[in-house]
Amino acid sequence: MKHFDVLVIGGGHAGAEAAHAAARYGARTALVTMKRSDLGVMSCNPAIGGLGKGHLVREIDALDGVMGRAADAAGIQFRLLNRRKGPAVQGPRAQSDRKLYRLAMAALTEAQHGLDILEGEVVDFLTDGHAISGVVLADGSEIQAKSVVLTTGTFLRGMIFIGDDTRQAGRMGDDASCKLADRLADMSLPLGRLKTGTPPRLDGRTIDWAALEQQDGDEDPTFFSFLTDKVQARQVPCGVTHTNEATHEIIRENLSRSAMYGGHIDGVGPRYCPSIEDKIVRFADKASHQIFLEPEGLDDHTVYPNGISTSLPIDVQRDYVKSIAGLENTKILQPGYAIEYDFVDPRCLTSELALPEAPGLYLAGQINGTTGYEEAAAQGLVAGLNAAARALGKPSVGFERSDSYIGVMIDDLTTKGVSEPYRMFTSRAEFRLALRADNADQRLTQIGIDLGIASEERCRAFQSKMDLLNDARGKLEQTAYTPKQIRAAGVNVKEDGNRRTPFQLLAFPDVEIADLYALQSDLADIDLASAKQASNDALYANYISRQAADIERLQKDEALKIPLEFSYDDIDGLSSELREKLKRVRPGSIGQAGRVEGMTPAALTLLVMLVRKADRKIA
Amino acid sequence: MNTIFALASGVGRAGVSVIRVSGGDATRALTSFGCVVPAERYATVQKLLLPDGTVLDEAVTLFFKGPRSFTGEDTVELQCHGSLAVVRKVLAHLSEQDGFRLAEAGEFTRRALEHDRLDLTQVEGLSDLIEAETEAQRVQAQRVLSGAIGQKVEQWRTKLIRAAALIEATLDFADEEVPVDVSPEVTELLSSLVRDLEAEEGGVHHAEAVRRGFRIAILGEPNVGKSTLLNALAGREAAITSSIAGTTRDIIEVRLEIGGIPVTLLDTAGLRDSDDEIEAVGVARAMRAAAEADLRVFLSLDGSAPGEMCQVGDIIALAKQDEAGVYKNGVSGKTGAGLEWLEAQIFEVLEPRVSQVGIATLERHRIAIVSALTHLRAAQDLLGSSVGADDLVAEELRSAQRALEVLTGRIDVENLLSEIFSTFCLGK
Repeated sequence: MKHFDVLVIGGGHAGAEAAHAAARYGARTALVTMKRSDLGVMSCNPAIGGLGKGHLVREIDALDGVMGRAADAAGIQFRLLNRRKGPAVQGPRAQSDRKLYRLAMAALTEAQHGLDILEGEVVDFLTDGHAISGVVLADGSEIQAKSVVLTTGTFLRGMIFIGDDTRQAGRMGDDASCKLADRLADMSLPLGRLKTGTPPRLDGRTIDWAALEQQDGDEDPTFFSFLTDKVQARQVPCGVTHTNEATHEIIRENLSRSAMYGGHIDGVGPRYCPSIEDKIVRFADKASHQIFLEPEGLDDHTVYPNGISTSLPIDVQRDYVKSIAGLENTKILQPGYAIEYDFVDPRCLTSELALPEAPGLYLAGQINGTTGYEEAAAQGLVAGLNAAARALGKPSVGFERSDSYIGVMIDDLTTKGVSEPYRMFTSRAEFRLALRADNADQRLTQIGIDLGIASEERCRAFQSKMDLLNDARGKLEQTAYTPKQIRAAGVNVKEDGNRRTPFQLLAFPDVEIADLYALQSDLADIDLASAKQASNDALYANYISRQAADIERLQKDEALKIPLEFSYDDIDGLSSELREKLKRVRPGSIGQAGRVEGMTPAALTLLVMLVRKADRKIA
Repeated sequence: MNTIFALASGVGRAGVSVIRVSGGDATRALTSFGCVVPAERYATVQKLLLPDGTVLDEAVTLFFKGPRSFTGEDTVELQCHGSLAVVRKVLAHLSEQDGFRLAEAGEFTRRALEHDRLDLTQVEGLSDLIEAETEAQRVQAQRVLSGAIGQKVEQWRTKLIRAAALIEATLDFADEEVPVDVSPEVTELLSSLVRDLEAEEGGVHHAEAVRRGFRIAILGEPNVGKSTLLNALAGREAAITSSIAGTTRDIIEVRLEIGGIPVTLLDTAGLRDSDDEIEAVGVARAMRAAAEADLRVFLSLDGSAPGEMCQVGDIIALAKQDEAGVYKNGVSGKTGAGLEWLEAQIFEVLEPRVSQVGIATLERHRIAIVSALTHLRAAQDLLGSSVGADDLVAEELRSAQRALEVLTGRIDVENLLSEIFSTFCLGK
C-alpha cells in the first residue's frame, strides 16, 4: 500500500496550492485528481487577481506559493486596479490564457520535490477511530496518509441549472463519489446551500470587435510574483460593450423561465456578482450594464463576457446576446448556467482549517463557502501547511488579521461564517493601510524563510531586496532637516519649526524622491524600486503607528488561547443563544471569541477568567 | 500596552476623588504634573501643576510598583479634592499624555486578572464583585441603547456607514460601474455628522448643569424687587431687602430645587450707571453673572428687558405685582403671587435641557465624541484637499467608527457591504 504524509484530494486552485505548501514544508505529498490535465483549470472567468484578491495572490507568492508565478506566466493583459489611488488599495489583476495557466501549473508541480500526482477518483476515507488515515480509490486501491486535505469544490449535492433543464453536477453524478459525500454527511457537519452563475461563452470570431471600445493593459505591467520581472506571453486587449433596453426587455419577458426566478434554486447567490436577471430586477432604473469581453486564450477564440451570468434557457440567452452592440451575429459556444451546491459551515473548522470531528482532515476552497480562485488557493496554502505540520509533528502555522489578508479571511470564515459565497474585499481588512500588495513580501517572506518553505531563489531575492530597502531607509531617516534647509533645497514645507527627515517628506503627496536630491545628495544612489517602496511606507507611516496600539491589543487577545476541549456547557453566566454560537465556532482564542456575533463584554470577561482558570488546572 | 486611567471613586462632588493610573508609564502621570515619584506605598502630598505652571490642585499621591499593585502594573493614585472641575481637568490632562487613554469598563480588573493578581481559584468566591461589574455594564449599555439616545446613536451609525460605504465602493469596485464622484454626498453626510456630534459634545454642558445645579440670574433695574423675589423663592431671608435702590451689591446665591431640577438662584445688583464705585463693581459682577448663567430672569415694571443681555429661553416677568388678582406674567415677592407661574416658566425652560442631556454625560463619552470628531474633521480635510486620498478618508472614517464603538457597540464590515450592495449594481 502507498503511504504519504499528506494527501490532497482535488487539483483545483485550493488543491494545487495545498499540495505545494505541504511538500515545501517537508511532507511527502500526493495530489489525487481525476485527470492530470485538470490541474490548474480555471473553471470560471479567465482572470486572476483584483482588489483584495490580488493581495491574496501576492501573499501566497510571498510564502513561495505557486499561484502568482503561474498567473504571471499566463498573463495576457496586466492591469493594476486603482492605479491612481493610494498603494494600499491598489490590486494587481491579469487576464489569463487558460491553457498557459494549466501548463505553468503542471510544470511547477512536476518540478516540486516530494510531490506526486496520482490520477484516480477518491471514493472513501480510511479511518482509524475518528481520525482519517487515508483514502480509498474507485479501483479499490487504498492510500495511507497521516493528513488529508479535501478540496473538492462544489461536489456536495451540486446541481446545474439552464432554464428548466436541471442536472447533477460535479462528481456527484456517479455513485462511487457519493460515498465520500455520505461519509461527510455522517459526520453531521452543518451545511449551507449557495449558488453561483456563469455567462454564456462566445465565439470571438463572430464578435464585431471594430465596433467596440477596447481596454488595454498597463504599459508598465505589475506582476503577481515578487520573482517575476518580465511579461512572458503576448499581450492582448479586452473589449467593452453594454446591455441596452432591448436586452432588458427580453430578459424581463422571460424571467419566469430563469432557474433563479422560476423557483428551482433556493441557495443564496453572491451580491457582488449578480446574474443579469438579478441586475435587471434589483436595479430596474438602470438602462444599461457594462460587459467586459475577456479572451480566454491567445490561440483560443472563446470569449468570456464578464457581467451577464445567467440561468435562462438557451434560446433566451441567444436572443439577448444578439441584442447587444457588437454581438449581433455572435455565436454561443457554451450556454451560461447556474450551479447550486452545499458547503460546509466553516465555523466548524479551526484556524488551521482542520475539522476537529475527524482528526487529520482539512478542508479548503469552495467547499468552505468561498468563491474565487485566489480565496481557494490561499486556504489551500493554510490547510496544506497545517496538514504537513500535523503529519510531521512540526509547529502549526497561523495567520493573523494584523499580518495578512490570509489571516483576515481565515478568521472571517471560522469566526463569522458565510451567508453568501465569500469573496475578499480590501474593506474586510481593518489594517488595510499596513497590509498592502506592495509589501506582502516584507510582511510574510521572513515567516516563510523561518518555516523553511521558501526556495533558495526566493531567499536570495528577498535578502537582496531587503538589503537595498534597509540601506535606502537608513539614508532617508538618517538626518532631520529644518524647514529652512528644506525650503532652500526647493521643497515647499511649512515654517513650523519641525525638523523632518527625507522619509517624512516622502509622505507629502507632491514630493518625489528626485525632489530631495538637492537636500541630500546620497539619496540619488537609492534604486528606483526601493525609493518607490520607501515612499509607499512613508505615505502611511503616521496612520500605521496609530494602528499599532490596536494591533497590540488584538495580539494580546489572540495570545490567550482557548483549548479546543473547553466546555461551554459548564458556564453559568452565558445566555443559551451565545452558548450555542460558541459551541459551534469553538473560538481558538479570546480575540476570536470577541468577534463572535452577539458577544458581550461581560460574557467575554467571564470567558477570560474561566480560560485562565482552566489553564492553571492543566499546569 | 497603553497606560490607562480613570476616576476610581464615585462620580460627582465628594470630599476626595481618587484617580487611578495603571500601566508601564504610570509614573509619567506624576511627572507630567511636575510631581516627584514618591517612595513606594508612602502617601505624599504634592501640588499638581499644569503645563503653564499654575497649580491645579494639591493631592495625596501614591505609587505602587508592579507587580505589587492591584493591577500588577505600576500604579499611581492621585487623591485630589473631589471637585468636578478638578477631576475633569486631571482626566483631560492625562488623556493628552502619549500612550495614555481612559480605561474601559472593568479594564483595571481585567488587567489584574491578566497579571494574575486576582487569585483565579477564588473566582467563584469573588462572583459578587464580578456580578456588580457586569450589572453596571448591562445598565450602561441599556441606557445607551434605549430610547431617544439610542436612536440618535443609531442615526449617526447609519450616516457613518453610508459615508464609509460610498467611499469603500469606489475603492473596492474601481473596475465596475460605481458613480465616480461620491464626494458630494459624503461631504454632506460628514458635515451633518460633525454638526450632530458637536451638539452632543455641547450637551455635556447640560449634563454638568444637572450635576451642579442650573445657574439662574435674577436681573433688573434697581429696586424692582429682585431680592424680595429671591427670598420668596428660597423661603427665607437670604438677601437684605430695603426700599432703597441699590441695596444689593454683591451676588447672593441660593440653592434650591424646582420640579426636581437643581438650580442656583443668583440675586444681583440692580442694573444702572452708577457713580458709586462699589455699586459699579456690583453691576459689573451682575453683568458677568448674567452672561455666565444658564438662564436669566428679567424683572421689570414694563415687561421690557435689555436686549443685549437677553438670550433665547430667558424669562421676562412683570415686577411688583403686589395688588391681588391683577398679575399676569408677573410676580410679587411680597405677596407670593405669581411665584408658581415663575417656577413653572423656569421648569419649562430647563426641563427640555435636562432631557436633552445626551449620552455624553460622562467624560469618557465626551472623549469618545471628541475623538470621533477629530477623525471626521480630518476626513473632511482630506476630502476637500486632494484627489485620490480616499484610502486615507476611509481610514479616518474607520477610526471615527472605532471611537463611537464606545457608545454604540460594533460597526461590522458586513453592514458596510450591505449598504454598498443595496446602493450600487456591482458585478461584472
